[in-house]
Amino acid sequence: MAEIIDMPKLSDTMSVGTVVKWNIKEGQTVAFGDILAEIETDKATMELSCTVPGAILKIYADAGSQLPVGEPICAIGKKGEAAPEPKKAAPPKASAPAIPESTGIPCIPEAPASSSTPVAAQSDGSRTKVSPYAKRMAEKAALNVAALSGTGPGGRVVGRDVNAAANAPVAAAPAGPINVAVAPPADGKGVQPDSDAPVSGMRATIARRLVESKNTVPHFYLEVEVDAAPLLALRETLNKRLAESSAEAGLKLSVNDFILKASAEALRRVPAVNASWAGTSIRQHSAVHLAFGVALEDGLVTPVIRDAHSKSLRDIAVDAKGLIAKARSKKLSPAEMSGSTFTVTNLGMYGVTGFYGIINTPNAAILSVGATIKKPVVDANDRVVIGQRMAIGLSGDHRVVDGANGAQFLQALKQILEEPTLILI
Amino acid sequence: MAVISYREALRAAMREELKRDENVVIMGEEVAQFNGAYKVTEGLLKEFGPKRVVDTPISEAGFIGLGIGASMLGIRPVMELMFWSFSYVAFDQVVNNAGNIRYMSGGLINCPIVIRGPANGGTNVGATHSHTPEAILASHPGIKVVCPATPYDAKGLMKAAIRDNDPVYVMENTILYNDKGEVPDEDYIVPIGVADIKREGTDLTIVAHGRAVITSLKAAEILEKEHGVSVEVVDLRSIRPLDEETILASVRKTHRALLVEENKPFCGVDAQIAYLIQARAFDELDAPIGRVSSIDAPQIYSKKLEDLQLPYPARVVEAALKILA
Repeated sequence: MAEIIDMPKLSDTMSVGTVVKWNIKEGQTVAFGDILAEIETDKATMELSCTVPGAILKIYADAGSQLPVGEPICAIGKKGEAAPEPKKAAPPKASAPAIPESTGIPCIPEAPASSSTPVAAQSDGSRTKVSPYAKRMAEKAALNVAALSGTGPGGRVVGRDVNAAANAPVAAAPAGPINVAVAPPADGKGVQPDSDAPVSGMRATIARRLVESKNTVPHFYLEVEVDAAPLLALRETLNKRLAESSAEAGLKLSVNDFILKASAEALRRVPAVNASWAGTSIRQHSAVHLAFGVALEDGLVTPVIRDAHSKSLRDIAVDAKGLIAKARSKKLSPAEMSGSTFTVTNLGMYGVTGFYGIINTPNAAILSVGATIKKPVVDANDRVVIGQRMAIGLSGDHRVVDGANGAQFLQALKQILEEPTLILI
Repeated sequence: MAVISYREALRAAMREELKRDENVVIMGEEVAQFNGAYKVTEGLLKEFGPKRVVDTPISEAGFIGLGIGASMLGIRPVMELMFWSFSYVAFDQVVNNAGNIRYMSGGLINCPIVIRGPANGGTNVGATHSHTPEAILASHPGIKVVCPATPYDAKGLMKAAIRDNDPVYVMENTILYNDKGEVPDEDYIVPIGVADIKREGTDLTIVAHGRAVITSLKAAEILEKEHGVSVEVVDLRSIRPLDEETILASVRKTHRALLVEENKPFCGVDAQIAYLIQARAFDELDAPIGRVSSIDAPQIYSKKLEDLQLPYPARVVEAALKILA
């Protein structure tokens, strides 16, 4: 009996998936564990492995096609068997797990898939509590309940919260595509041809999450300038020694690794910043799970270094390197991109002198690291000398953090970065 | 419209039906010469004579059986139980025989019996005299159960019960017997299986039956005045058949439900209603369904404690505010 394999639900928030690539062809025999395809979700590209052995009877979804969870993507059966006619899947329901109806074992994703709970999970791993009514309203209004502040018991999102969000003028989404048409270049030669690229899953997630953050979180901004000379000197010394060490072959510390380590240490000193707004309460997090931005060709991801508060500079550097490699090959699992308590972004390598990131909710703040540049500074003896200066910006969620807490955090961070030997112990 | 008591409304219903249909008879302990233990049947013996209003021996199993047999031959007996608690000694008759004869005779034999009497706690009569068996009885297909809360509904439901061709069990409440309300002089019935919105509101639905409706209306008043909450009170009136649509329509309007009953909570009527709401209106709920019922213990003899055992307005208000949080 042939079995239809449907687009699996590979993350809590996944509603559509893109078949990036098929590893198999029609007619090919597949065995348990074979990788059938790579599926791009809103968060990552994941491998779809098979536990239904047989022959591929039919591929319904060509590589590159995007389709809702639950839609048929291929059929597996006995060699020579007629491919079943796929039933037009019902409109995808968030609560319907993509399990084929049969006695066979369903295909499971290679990456650890989280439960198919229809409710969005917070990126700190906790479940967003939402009443059924509010959930239905949010679906109608196309709002993400995870981004709403619940005012019900225990922070539950209830009907009034969705109403408030839906009626907020900023949240009013324009109906249909936005008209972005502009006149073609007068000389007929532009910088590139006019074209419309479909929004990828990752790009859609970035768009949704950042709009939510900017619309719902009252951002405030602080900046501090750090003397980066001691840090650069220490880095040079350490990297030189590391290069000579056979045991640490290939390990090279980046400026960002130092900043990550220093941030974890500063959060330990000023834990008020390591917190989240939870509607009726402010959750203080005991662990520092540090997210950091990794730019990709078509977007941006924020992998998370777990328990950064208890990790050495070396461990953080190794973790970051591994996560960056995974991010670039789009192999990060949703778990590796969720549950952060603080985020660090860095555009220093592009020479950007200073900027302010948008808060990665439900974090209370995001650190924005600029380039280290040489500039004249007045030293302790009132002489103008050449300084190595790094501008560091902090965007804070004013519901959780006030200017004074934010300033204390930056003060701690500045002290650690300017006396960086402290972070070696 | 005349303002009469719940007791008088029940009596008027029986009196009018005794006049309307010669097959209607009243039977029970002390219903005739003593005018009824709670005086509901007062004056009926004098008006209709001993063939229509009959005192029975103190044997519930015996006289309920007598009524069932009579009803199977076309009589429409209205049987009084001094307390519904005493139905337990006639359980085989009440449930097995009355509830199943139409089904087991292939529809050839009807059993148009009415059994009525008080089914309530709160009067300091002890654990064995304070049962509220509407949930137990309504769990049997073939049996209809109604619980009027007001004089209007008491008369209308009693008349509907007498005219119904199936066994209908009318659960009254001694605490409500003296409650007064407007009751039309002309003939009317309240159809069995139709709930009534006793108070309209937008923020919370309270579903109740019997005296719990009165308690809930008082609570709704407090919630409105002191907390600015608009409460809708749905009076089930009939436990079985159950007016599911009225309950669901109200929950779809308010998105919050509090269920109030004087039963003990375990397997109570509201357990069934909570199931109904979550099954058919899950996506309408903005808060968990709340329940207020009697404290789960044998009916307490101490009057002061018994008053706290039953739902009272402050407890309903507290439960409502929890749901509205």
